[in-house]
Amino acid sequence: MKTNGFDVERIRADFPVLERMVNGHPLAYMDNGASAQMPRAVIETGTEYRSRYHANIHRGVHTLSQEATEAYEATRELVRAFIGAADQREVVFTGGTTDSLNLVAQCWGNTHLKPGDVVLVSEMEHHANIVPWDLVCRRTGARMVKIPITDSGEVDQDAYAMLLAADSVKAVCITHVSNALGTVNPVRHMADLAHAHGAVVVVDGAQAVPHAAVDVQALDADFYAFSAHKMCGPTGIGVLYGKMEHLKGLPPYRGGGDMILSVSFDSGIRYNAIPHYFEAGTPPIEQGIQLGAAIRYLTAIGMDRIAAYEQELLAYATEKLLAIPQVRLVGTAPHKAAVISFVIDGVHPHDVGTVLDDLGIAVRTGHHCAQPVMERFGVPATTRASFAFYNTRAEIDRLADGVREVIRLFQ
Amino acid sequence: MNARTKQLYQELVLDHNRNPRNYRSMEVHSHHAHGHNPLCGDRLELFLKVDADGLVADVSFIGDGCAISKASASMMTAAVKGKTVADAETLFQEFHAMSMGTLDPESAPNHLGKLAVFAGVRDLPARVKCATLAWHTLDAALHGHEQTSTE
Ligand SMILES: Cc1ncc(COP(=O)(O)O)c(C=O)c1O
Repeated sequence: MKTNGFDVERIRADFPVLERMVNGHPLAYMDNGASAQMPRAVIETGTEYRSRYHANIHRGVHTLSQEATEAYEATRELVRAFIGAADQREVVFTGGTTDSLNLVAQCWGNTHLKPGDVVLVSEMEHHANIVPWDLVCRRTGARMVKIPITDSGEVDQDAYAMLLAADSVKAVCITHVSNALGTVNPVRHMADLAHAHGAVVVVDGAQAVPHAAVDVQALDADFYAFSAHKMCGPTGIGVLYGKMEHLKGLPPYRGGGDMILSVSFDSGIRYNAIPHYFEAGTPPIEQGIQLGAAIRYLTAIGMDRIAAYEQELLAYATEKLLAIPQVRLVGTAPHKAAVISFVIDGVHPHDVGTVLDDLGIAVRTGHHCAQPVMERFGVPATTRASFAFYNTRAEIDRLADGVREVIRLFQ
Repeated sequence: MNARTKQLYQELVLDHNRNPRNYRSMEVHSHHAHGHNPLCGDRLELFLKVDADGLVADVSFIGDGCAISKASASMMTAAVKGKTVADAETLFQEFHAMSMGTLDPESAPNHLGKLAVFAGVRDLPARVKCATLAWHTLDAALHGHEQTSTE
């Protein structure tokens, strides 16, 4: 089916896994918020590295090592361009979003937070943007304070403004797109307010980067974190973008090879330049190169076209699910990414998930690592369908039929 | 639906989910425990009244969870009521072994009776803990532990 010139069937042919049958049905993969699938180009890039130039980087004069180093470092420039960073050196490779946020909390938090300071954390954050801040607050004597969210699942902007005005706020931690609700947050607006109060803004971009064009400079984010595996890349690698003015002067994250220039028991340790300073040890080289392939793939399709198509899917799925009286959506912000969290009266999400899996439909059920969101909406868990640009309306029809079957079974 | 899921969500399970038996709290009890499955968020509270002869005179539960965990708790209370503590422990062992796939109720001798309806969870690793939560909570209560978690 073609919508707006978006040839989804052609795109689907790029993803080998989409040919798979699950429990006797063609796979309908709607758990992209957890991990998105890999196109052939990304898989083959990994195979090529493994079969032709698997070698360590930054430390060999031999051909394989040089090829690996070049391919790995090429990803840094691809990431820079993809997120609109000013300088390649502001792109730090990490193990993923969680690792990126821990780096900020530890290196920046330990340096800048003192007793009495406040870190504002939105109520819709993934645990990865809460727990590291709790840890650093306990260590430094700073306080973590929640920015509440509204019934539709948006940041309460009045409360945010008051919190900023009331306390010595040093950092604002906000997700660009909520993984549990789908809400797209007004990051630029919140960053302007935070900056006016002298606070830095730490943005969790895990759910944003895969689904729309992101420009970290236009957002004026001080730090911005994301993972490769949610953007058609592999697990094990992610990115921390940080403005150079903030990265400079931070203490090291972890010590080891690659982050140093020289080590001597007599004359001491000299550190490598940013970003290598934050990248101790052998990184996931293959995965870094594959992340580059994923960015090339997404860029060739075009992030704006991806976003437009996914918005169509979101509108269609919202309409289909709302047509079922027993379904209640959790997260009804006007500006959402293609994530639908829902509950069904009288049916626990895990039973929904098991029955849908039986029909070949992969959704996530549970608290989505955002337990404060579940608490806020008074549900133990939700069922979440999160779409990617390879999903189709026909799959959404199957989801709606599946939900009806669930209701028939448990009523 | 395919056979595996049908086998799990049999009418018996669906009925116990819709109308759980012994679903109430018990003010005067001899044993009590909380069970929690952090993965799913299933929670239940179990009450027992064990008399001087070691018989389970009364048993009840309250809580929130999926159909599997609720039906399993409901059927467990029905199964252990009137039994000795020793018999209840035997049922726990057998139920646990069935869920892990080490006891096939079709071929090995056992006392499970209707509880064999849950044999299907052995093929659904993500759901084993839902089925066994009530039983772990029972075991904890009988051993005087106030909390149990399937984690
Ligand atoms: C919003 C958000 N933040 C953080 C994470 C953590 O990402 P990772 O597990 O790749 O570190 C996820 C994904 O699970 C997420 O959706």
